[in-house]
Amino acid sequence: MSSSESTHASDAARYALLLGWGTRIGLLTLVLSFTAYVFGLVTPHVPMELLPSVWNQPVASYLQLTATPTGWGWFSMLQFSDMNNLVGIALLASCSIPPLLAVIPLFFKRRNFFYVGICLLQVGVLLLAASGVLSVGH
Amino acid sequence: MSDLAIRKLPTLPSFAMVHRAWMLLAIILVLALPAHAAESVVPVSTLPWWFWPLALFVTCFFIGIVAVPAGIGGGVLFVPLIGGFFPFHLDFVRGAGLLVALASALSASPTLLRGGLSSLRLALPLALLASISSIGGAMLGLALPASTVQIALGIIVLGIVALMLSAKKSEFPDVAQPDRLSSALGIHGVFIDGATGRSINWQVHRTPLGLFLFLLIGVMAGMFGIGAGWANVPALNLLMGAPLKVSAGTSGLVLSLVDSTAAWVYLNRGAVLPMIAVPSVIGMMLGARIGARLLHVLKGSVIRKMVIALLLFAGIRALLKGTGIWI
Repeated sequence: MSSSESTHASDAARYALLLGWGTRIGLLTLVLSFTAYVFGLVTPHVPMELLPSVWNQPVASYLQLTATPTGWGWFSMLQFSDMNNLVGIALLASCSIPPLLAVIPLFFKRRNFFYVGICLLQVGVLLLAASGVLSVGH
Repeated sequence: MSDLAIRKLPTLPSFAMVHRAWMLLAIILVLALPAHAAESVVPVSTLPWWFWPLALFVTCFFIGIVAVPAGIGGGVLFVPLIGGFFPFHLDFVRGAGLLVALASALSASPTLLRGGLSSLRLALPLALLASISSIGGAMLGLALPASTVQIALGIIVLGIVALMLSAKKSEFPDVAQPDRLSSALGIHGVFIDGATGRSINWQVHRTPLGLFLFLLIGVMAGMFGIGAGWANVPALNLLMGAPLKVSAGTSGLVLSLVDSTAAWVYLNRGAVLPMIAVPSVIGMMLGARIGARLLHVLKGSVIRKMVIALLLFAGIRALLKGTGIWI
């Protein structure tokens, strides 16, 4: 393996390690919180019996009928089982950020500033999407 | 390049053809908009609430089983099938579809990266552009009336059927000379082909056109929530000349970033219902594990034909549902 290929492999190994752990943590959180939700161990914000009459509605009507907040509003309602299920989903949607940040020093050390920029921009795009800034209106 | 890089690249659709196809889709969307301006509401089910998550889990389990041998991501079957036959609004189905595709991509990517079948340098520039456009696609999909999205979904799914029937694959495309951009970015690699045990060197070409195509792929991934492996793999393999296995592996890594971005838009808009998303994710992942084990037992070509027939049916159903002919 050439030195170029071995540096590619070290980037990939670091990225893979962190992505693998992030995914495991996200999926485990999702399964545990969903088990508590579906077996009624924790009270949901929207009663399960009500779901068939609202999950057929467009999202705007659903939010209005169930008084469910948009953006990060769910984070202040983690005492409800349907809301705390979103933690696992948010973890899965965020678990690419740590590996992206972790490979930046490797690219920086090799003075590969183009990939440093790409990783930073990708993290920026993910954070912008996660920020909820884009969630206004429907 | 490896001495295995001897096959000629199959004929590709030209830039003008891709552009014309997009123009046609845009015209259809605009024409469909006034006719279906009123938001459609799916009829209420009379069955108990628990029936649907259970049915979703079982359906996704079977989708997961057939998706692996058919060589497609589960998301592409999930959205048209669940959107067509379950009593959920398409907004929530697309949110769940993105999570199904995301969870599958996240689970597969670490192994593929370690095995050299997924390339960070190839994936990152493409994923960045596709992620940016997926935000626009997700916002557009959530802003348009469901019937319009349903019609566009039907057209896209029927397009996927045509692509699956007609597109050739090239295991080791011949890339005589990498383009200047891919050389500057250092996009090349080596992987050990498990089938032959040989070390394969690869490089890519047509990188600027590939970047443009991934902008369009991002819009579709965000808008329809169907993942985009069906589009990523031909773009990487047939257009850019990456080996088929590297294309499939890198597609997963691109999907993990693109679907994460679009999933955040759906999550922040309130379009992710755990009661729909979680059974789908769990069912699909368990099914995919079984599917991977049955890979050597099931006849891939038969499963693939079955999936194409299923997609054809789901595509027609989406079109008829969107136009109000078969609610």
